[in-house]
Amino acid sequence: MEKNYDVIIIGAGPAGLSAGIYASRAGLETLIIEKKIPGGQAAITEHLENYPGYFQQGNGAELMKRMKDHATHYGCLFARDEVLSLELQDGLKLLRGKKHNYVSRAVIVAVGSKPRELGVPGEKELSGKGVSYCATCDADLFQDLELVVVGSGNAAVEEAIYLARFAARVTIVSVHNSGNLDAEGITSERAMKHPRIEFIWESVVDEITGEESVEAVAVKNLKTGNRDRVKADGVFIYVGSVPQTGFLQSVLELSHSGHIETDEKMETGLLGVFAAGDVRRKPVRQVVTAAADGAVAAVAAEKHIRQHNYYRQQIQDRKGPLVLLFWSPLNQDSIDLIPVVEEFAREHSNKFDFLKVCVDRERLISEKFNVETVPQLLLVNREDVLTRASGEISPSRMEDILTIARRE
Amino acid sequence: MLEINKDNFQEQVLDSPDLVVVDFWSPKCEPCMELKPHLEQLAAKYSQVKFCELNIIPNRRTALNQKVFGLPAIVFYRQGKKVAELTREFEIEDVEAKLKELTE
Repeated sequence: MEKNYDVIIIGAGPAGLSAGIYASRAGLETLIIEKKIPGGQAAITEHLENYPGYFQQGNGAELMKRMKDHATHYGCLFARDEVLSLELQDGLKLLRGKKHNYVSRAVIVAVGSKPRELGVPGEKELSGKGVSYCATCDADLFQDLELVVVGSGNAAVEEAIYLARFAARVTIVSVHNSGNLDAEGITSERAMKHPRIEFIWESVVDEITGEESVEAVAVKNLKTGNRDRVKADGVFIYVGSVPQTGFLQSVLELSHSGHIETDEKMETGLLGVFAAGDVRRKPVRQVVTAAADGAVAAVAAEKHIRQHNYYRQQIQDRKGPLVLLFWSPLNQDSIDLIPVVEEFAREHSNKFDFLKVCVDRERLISEKFNVETVPQLLLVNREDVLTRASGEISPSRMEDILTIARRE
Repeated sequence: MLEINKDNFQEQVLDSPDLVVVDFWSPKCEPCMELKPHLEQLAAKYSQVKFCELNIIPNRRTALNQKVFGLPAIVFYRQGKKVAELTREFEIEDVEAKLKELTE
């Protein structure tokens, strides 16, 4: 039998590590499963200048190492494995990995994304032969050589500035009109003023050529359709990213781009399954937003686990009939009903147990019994609903409940 | 693993009659750093094979001469010739599979 964790986090990027810190500090048994290096894409980012409080002191790898140490310090465990599938079984989550299987009560999907490929001829063939997606890895090889950077976002422009420290010339190919980049203003300005950075606007790279290594790229102007050959010893591609959510396709609804839809608590359509970081459908994908998602997801997961425990204790492990009054502090009728039902329950405490359930707080019990409106009065035996009364609950309705409870 | 450089690359790698595995790496390359301990395990397991590591930062020319344009890169040599190469997207399992194939 596999060890049963409270929370399993898939992915050790900033979202996963932040979730790991919050979950383990909350006393949850927490495991982070990562197939590659902890730190995710942030770990291969040289210029990380917008994480609050972290500047002029190091690169993405250093920050990610600190996050990992932080999580480990609070007892978070790590496993190196690749998760292949997720299944739900009796409220538990079963994860099948390449090496082992894992069981937990909540799952946080923080698998992040990987660089999107351009999908042009020559890209695959010359990958690692001058076509690169990692400036920190390969910049040193291109000292005094000529480089092309494809993309217009923060990653493209920041890495172009980094590459210009080594290369003789860096040419950024952007689809946008002259002077328009998607990167932050301060970064764009720095690139435009840089003596070794040039721009080709309104254009795309539609072919990469070279024998043993990259020799040139074909740049096509989107307006005129003209194609030019631009000499390059290396091409660095930063055209966004694709979420690594393929393994979830059969259990979760994904957007057309493969991202996961969540609510503001990071909860997905599956109870107890949360998503955080770049895998989510959201407008800003940065280290700081990933870390924030991780914190929110961990707090929500903890709440879910508490509700899960409560449900097991109060419903699944109970013997004999139970009357449940579902109420909400926002519904006066349901509040008024509490003393009435409490009195009724006291009178007949030898016939049934009584529990009042706040629908806003105890979402799990409410969902399990399909309670959408309040007040509702249910007579249940474990998970079986024997009778249900909703709306105006009259004394005669309560007598009916008593009759049924007597029979049980 | 034997640390080599531009001055002894010829002697240690190209002049060697037997299989030599060279790990082209850089301390700035996170995937390279991640791979390193696993490569060391392989080096211990396949003790009959010579494992070398070359830091590309002080030995950039050597790397480019060997047509290494992206890291991490693991290159296999025999009798001074490149016989196989793994670059960018590969796992330690791929390195071992290649080793098995070349030592059989």
